Amino acid sequence: MTDILAYLAGALLIVGAFFSLAAAIGILRLPDLYTRMHAASKAGTLGSGLAFVAIAVFALDGSVALRALAGFVFFLLTAPISAHLLAKAAYAAGYRPTEMMKVNDLEKDK
Amino acid sequence: MSGLAFLEYAVAISFVVLTLAMLLVIIRIVRGPTLPDRVLALDMLVSVGIGFIAVIAIKTGYMLYLDIAISLGLVGFLATVAFARYILQRWEIRANQSESEGN
Repeated sequence: MTDILAYLAGALLIVGAFFSLAAAIGILRLPDLYTRMHAASKAGTLGSGLAFVAIAVFALDGSVALRALAGFVFFLLTAPISAHLLAKAAYAAGYRPTEMMKVNDLEKDK
Repeated sequence: MSGLAFLEYAVAISFVVLTLAMLLVIIRIVRGPTLPDRVLALDMLVSVGIGFIAVIAIKTGYMLYLDIAISLGLVGFLATVAFARYILQRWEIRANQSESEGN
């Protein structure tokens, strides 16, 4: 049983680390702030979140597992809020997306 | 291979991959080019740091690291919110200044 949990935790750690790497590559390679935000707030959250799930699986202790899952839920709740606030503020402050952008609802709402 | 041996390998691989991710994010922080880009990259850096702390918690077995990771996440969220407000207010102050210079 402990063996299976250790395999599962190890797999979750590796998958989470690769999600973080994908988010970092997205941050480096995508053309403007808004597309980079899309990489950071989705893949980045899952990257640290899966590491938390790995702790919850491996801990074998109810209180630790519950705290780890609560932390994961906390990240899932806060990451969209901070990304949304930053995008709103950056757009209002005049940072424009690339020319490649076809649909812009923020401009339409003005 | 037993489960714990696999976990050792998984921890080592995660460290390498997370270090690579951290380096790429740092390149974006240095390059910019604008302030919101750097704020976003800092947010991502906190997220990678939380991943690091979680891997260290599993490697050492000290589950107190979990509380450190959660509080780092809280600080990172508040920092991003504060930076977003700063970006907005900086622009408002500049707009007011250029308006009063125009008159």
